[in-house]
Amino acid sequence: MIENFDMSLVDWSRAQFALTAMYHWIFVPLTLGLAFIIAIMETIYVKTGNPEWKKITKFWMTLFGINFAIGVATGIILEFEFGTNWSNYSWFVGDIFGAPLAVEGIMAFFMESTFIAVMFFGWNKVSKKFHLISTWLVAVGSNLSALWILVANGWMQNPVGMKFNADTARNEMVNFWDVLFSPTAVNKFLHTISSAYTLAAIFVIGVSAWYLLKKLNVPFAKKSIVVASVFGLITSLFTVMTGDNSAREIVRDQPMKFAAMEGLYDGSKGAGLVAFGIMSSTSENGNDNMKDFNFKLEIPNLLSYMAYMDGDAFVPGVNDVINGFTDNDGVVHPSVITKIEMGRKAIHALKTYKQAQKDKDANLAQTSLDELNENFKYFGYGYFDDPYNTVPPISITFYSFHIMVGLGMWFLLLFTLALLFVYKESIVSNKWFLRAAIWSIPLAYVASQSGWIVAEMGRQPWVIQDLMPTLTAVSNIDTTSVQITFFLFLTVFTGLLIAEIKIMLKQIKLGPNHGGH
Amino acid sequence: MNELQTFSKALNQESLMKLLVTLKKIGVFYYEGFAGQKSWSRQVWLIIILKLFIMFFVLKLFFFPNFLKTKYTNDKDRGDYVIEQLTNPKK
Repeated sequence: MIENFDMSLVDWSRAQFALTAMYHWIFVPLTLGLAFIIAIMETIYVKTGNPEWKKITKFWMTLFGINFAIGVATGIILEFEFGTNWSNYSWFVGDIFGAPLAVEGIMAFFMESTFIAVMFFGWNKVSKKFHLISTWLVAVGSNLSALWILVANGWMQNPVGMKFNADTARNEMVNFWDVLFSPTAVNKFLHTISSAYTLAAIFVIGVSAWYLLKKLNVPFAKKSIVVASVFGLITSLFTVMTGDNSAREIVRDQPMKFAAMEGLYDGSKGAGLVAFGIMSSTSENGNDNMKDFNFKLEIPNLLSYMAYMDGDAFVPGVNDVINGFTDNDGVVHPSVITKIEMGRKAIHALKTYKQAQKDKDANLAQTSLDELNENFKYFGYGYFDDPYNTVPPISITFYSFHIMVGLGMWFLLLFTLALLFVYKESIVSNKWFLRAAIWSIPLAYVASQSGWIVAEMGRQPWVIQDLMPTLTAVSNIDTTSVQITFFLFLTVFTGLLIAEIKIMLKQIKLGPNHGGH
Repeated sequence: MNELQTFSKALNQESLMKLLVTLKKIGVFYYEGFAGQKSWSRQVWLIIILKLFIMFFVLKLFFFPNFLKTKYTNDKDRGDYVIEQLTNPKK
């Protein structure tokens, strides 16, 4: 059936969505994290009454304002794409996402736009406490507005709490709480926002390090580094914890993704964790997606421990998921061939059901509906012929995962060293550290984007795990129009990014004594 | 009765006056806020307006119509179309 799809259209639609989502995610994490750092700084100002902290707060608020303003509404583009390029997908999931995303829109609009005005215009016009409350509400509001879209993403990785309606071809929510509190959604939200906090902390440390290197605004920079390092240390530890929870959840619900993240082809008991690995350009098994390792540094038993908190537990590899396996909880995972057969039955049953309805054949309609419900769990597999088509791109998933984790470890060290050097009053003399801190700003973005690449490439070929492959989610539109809008977006978003960097750099050069906003 | 009406009217007038004063305060708050902006703030407002114009009046209008809404007038037809796409995909 795969030959019935226009793969050029699918690839361009994916490229367009990836481009816009990745650009959107350049702006979002700094907003989410910097809002809390500013709120903490302002709290110190209100508590101590020290005007230095007011100056610090106002400076970071300026950079927050620039990032917020340039990034605002870049996510709307994704909604446009859902309606135009991904109409099958939007229809298929519409009843689950519609209401929560509308709530998000209203919440984000009222909470952020009301209190952000107080935050920027309210200095010396409203009371200190009311201003502080507004700043905290902007921080909470911006983070809450990220909740629903991340819950939606969690649902796509692990669809729960819904029932497929064969009459409307839509999934309908039957349990709101199952959707909201699914372990995937909870981990996704917490891991994403905590990583955003970490990114913002690195941003503050990096910019402050630049001042220290230039011997400008030294007390300001040191104070900023203290707040950002404590905040960053706590949030990065939390990121590690939620990442660990995510891994344990992924190995159960998306074992193929987990295998791809680790480049694990054949599972084993007491599996080792590849701490560092370089894949070769060839593969002995003849599958281009499953490259051999030229070199790998493996820590024995750690992968089993990470996945099941048991160093001797069995961790399935790509071939185990393809051939079927029984996991450590005793759950039998059928082979992909079996899933393909069930998927084909489900697709056929849906087709027969609609025809039976047209023919007013109630018995056939009921039999078909029963068959559909019985096999719906693997509906999406019915579009594939070769089981290996259900394997995500392994190299990119493996490398993205390891880049994300490796950089995460560096950030932990960075926060610890920053605190240590500030405590020993040697931060100004440690120029190598200051330079490393500045270079860590782009690295934080690399880590953040890598995380999303793991999440989204690692779950391919699915747009909704096991139910809807990416290739069936796209609208049947002209590929050329997708190509045109791809380059339009590339131009617009690149322009926005350049504008942001230029305005921010100018404000950073002017420094905190310029008076903020 | 007359006294009650007069009292109620006075109360309403007082509430109305309070509301108008509050609204005026909010208006002045925003006016002074916008008027006292620094140059970076004016630059980002310009970018926001330009960006929203491109998004809603160029991209949305000319490049991003809602595929199913423009193709079909009711949900039944939209559902049938998606089922056809899912069960009988064609290039």
